[in-house]
Amino acid sequence: MSHRDPLEALVGPQESQRLFGALQRGASRRDILGMLVGAGMQAGLAGTLAGTALTAHAETPRRGGKLRVAGATASASDTLDPAKQSNQADYSRCNMLYNGLTSLDGSLTPQPALAERFDTKDAKTWVFTLRKGVAFHDGKALTPADVVYSLMRHKDPATASKAKVQADQIESVKATGPNEVTIVLTAPNADLPVLLGTFHFHIVKDGTTDFNAGIGTGPYKLKEFKPGVRSVVVRNEAYWKSGKPYLDEVEFVGIADENARVNALLSGGMDLVGVINPRSLARVTGTPGFAIFKTPSGQYSDLVMRRDTGPGANPDFVLAMKQLFNREQMKKTIALDQAVIGNDQPIDPTNRFHFAGLPQRAFDPEKAKFHLKKAGISGTVPVVCSPAALYSVEMALMLQQTAKEVGLDIDVKRMPADGYWSNHWLNSAVGFGNVNPRPSADMLLTQFFKSDAQWNESRWKSDKFDQLLLAARGEPDLAKRRQMYADMQTMIHQEAGIGIPLFLSSLDGHSTKVKGLSPIPLGGLMGYNFAENVWLAA
Amino acid sequence: MNGIILKLLAQRVALALLSLLAVSVIVFAVTAVLPGDAAQEQLGQDATPEALAALRAQMGLDVPAPERYLRWLGGLLRGDFGKSATAYQPVAELIGSRLPNSLLLAAITALFAVPIALAAGIASAVWRGSWFDRVASTASVGIVSVPEFLIATLAVLVFAVQLRWLPALSYVNDIESLGQLLKAFAMPVLTLTCVIVAQMMRMTRAAVIDQLEAPYVEMVRLKGASALRLVICHALPNAVGPIANAVALSLSYLLGGVIIVETIFNYPGVAKLMVDGVAQRDTPLVQACAMLFCSGYLILVTTADICGIVANPRLRHR
Repeated sequence: MSHRDPLEALVGPQESQRLFGALQRGASRRDILGMLVGAGMQAGLAGTLAGTALTAHAETPRRGGKLRVAGATASASDTLDPAKQSNQADYSRCNMLYNGLTSLDGSLTPQPALAERFDTKDAKTWVFTLRKGVAFHDGKALTPADVVYSLMRHKDPATASKAKVQADQIESVKATGPNEVTIVLTAPNADLPVLLGTFHFHIVKDGTTDFNAGIGTGPYKLKEFKPGVRSVVVRNEAYWKSGKPYLDEVEFVGIADENARVNALLSGGMDLVGVINPRSLARVTGTPGFAIFKTPSGQYSDLVMRRDTGPGANPDFVLAMKQLFNREQMKKTIALDQAVIGNDQPIDPTNRFHFAGLPQRAFDPEKAKFHLKKAGISGTVPVVCSPAALYSVEMALMLQQTAKEVGLDIDVKRMPADGYWSNHWLNSAVGFGNVNPRPSADMLLTQFFKSDAQWNESRWKSDKFDQLLLAARGEPDLAKRRQMYADMQTMIHQEAGIGIPLFLSSLDGHSTKVKGLSPIPLGGLMGYNFAENVWLAA
Repeated sequence: MNGIILKLLAQRVALALLSLLAVSVIVFAVTAVLPGDAAQEQLGQDATPEALAALRAQMGLDVPAPERYLRWLGGLLRGDFGKSATAYQPVAELIGSRLPNSLLLAAITALFAVPIALAAGIASAVWRGSWFDRVASTASVGIVSVPEFLIATLAVLVFAVQLRWLPALSYVNDIESLGQLLKAFAMPVLTLTCVIVAQMMRMTRAAVIDQLEAPYVEMVRLKGASALRLVICHALPNAVGPIANAVALSLSYLLGGVIIVETIFNYPGVAKLMVDGVAQRDTPLVQACAMLFCSGYLILVTTADICGIVANPRLRHR
């Protein structure tokens, strides 16, 4: 819409309407030029205005068309039950059929979705006011009972919900008015709206146990679903976001082999494919008519040095290893520039609580040598890595080279991806792990850095950190929260046994006809919410 | 003749059942020995001890391995293939939805590959030593030496991405006309044909040459039969035994060995299902697929033997 206003200002709304009407009927630049000059405008000005009109038209969402999308996974365990979603295909599919109370935008800030507003005084008791006039695909209106059912079912062990751990902090959900729901938590958590914007907390009809019909309030209705093969959805004409969705139909399949995915895109078989390897980037951008969509996110592969055993028990060793990361070179050669430099703390720049003021740790072999000597490490240090943790093998090999130059002998132990998480990840004294993007800083820090967390990879324990974490979770004042998270990031940067050289961006490929993609750091394909937002240009 | 065939069939069926039982034990044992189990694979990084225990109880994995095997065997005898540990579906349904696809691909490939191989083999045998024979032999060995993923990937790059003549994926869903079917299956069939044609052709050639050196063939030639009649009506029926066996071996590969083609062309077949099942440690699925491929192989080999006997009057009337 950004080009429309100057156009309207120059020729007036009536003329502007006439021009856009002509464009919708298929006028070309020449036709517009003809129209303007015919109305008496000078040729040069008419030329510029014709260009502006066309750009504005191209940016205007166009209704209609069928989109063919290929995700990276196709599993027979594909599901339509929001509680059981476990992979990208599930997230994409359920985002087409359902909505949540809130939705997360490009900075992972919760925006009103099915809930028009959400208020709290103490971050423990929340009042959500539901949007009026929302209906499910079968016509039934959205009521507080649906919200109560959808949220409380995660707590029931029989549901086997993947979000049970997060849902356990919800003590009760009650309907407190014809359009109002009150949620009481077990402890204050200012990030409840963020949590309710994640995939698992989609709202379903009260009492649903069989999800095969996919009845939700979402932008598309289910037409066909074959688990492990494909899903087809058609536009929900009565969607509560007027004007959306733009597409008539979306077909979603899974192609597990990355090469096959890229070939499908470049041969015209698909319009949008997810999870492209950076090595395929040149192929896609080199072919006319195709482009890459990049989403910087909080995904990282980290070097874990356990603080309770092995060489990591010595803080000088930990510091030395962090200083041996040649981050610029890793970004260039391993991630092919599709990454953001990390600073040994897990909150990435797309997160609203990222502390930009933390001085970036530099590649410093001299200092590393000094610290290694101080630590008195002798002999070989085994470092465990695996293709299961993205780029960890390449990072380990690069580390081995750099370490050799300062006199440290690293033995890279490459483990197969099969069973890596169960057998090696948390057990190795020095090894690599991988963390997928989390919707909030609180979730990530609680799951991976709290002293008693199951996934506290480096076993770093700090009472001060735990206290800060708890305080920040329940703090309603944004500025105070920001300061607390900044302190926590500094603590991790200095003391924890975690080295994070890069934050990895995810890449998707698409035909240039697909428009409207903007990154949401939850994951690729616009945080898997592309279906609602994209349109196909003519 | 019927008596002999029936006796043979009965013997073969009994042996086949024994083989199936042995295979099921071996496959189960090997899958059980692999590190990790279905619960661990499904939870992946989320595998906390409580979650693992809960999921294992739900999946029935907390019982010792021999007991699980006997339970599965019991279910099988009742006709129940069990429930997949990862998909929330009965195994029979899962396989049933993919088996027709695999059979279709195998059938179309066989339709193209077998006549080509037989014709080339017979022609090479008849014109043995000529340039045709030498070119055909070298070409077939050359083609079978190229890895199939290379052939498939090159074919996709050339025909789908560059020339846009054929689709890069082989969907089974939207096929309305014969032309569409041919287009969708062209590259997978081409790739698979390249793999299996060599063995069939060379075996055919060897068997027919062997027959052509026999004295009765010389007699037929002296009687004045045309070359075509000589080969088709006299030499070939005696060579059916080894040829049928070679064809059966190649076709059994088509049922279970086409994982690479299924991956590259995203074809929803049974081979990929089994490989995914192994990766997920989905034991009921893996067992069922193993039984399926084993039965397919045994049926094909038995059919080949019967063909050999039926074609040979001496064996028929022993």
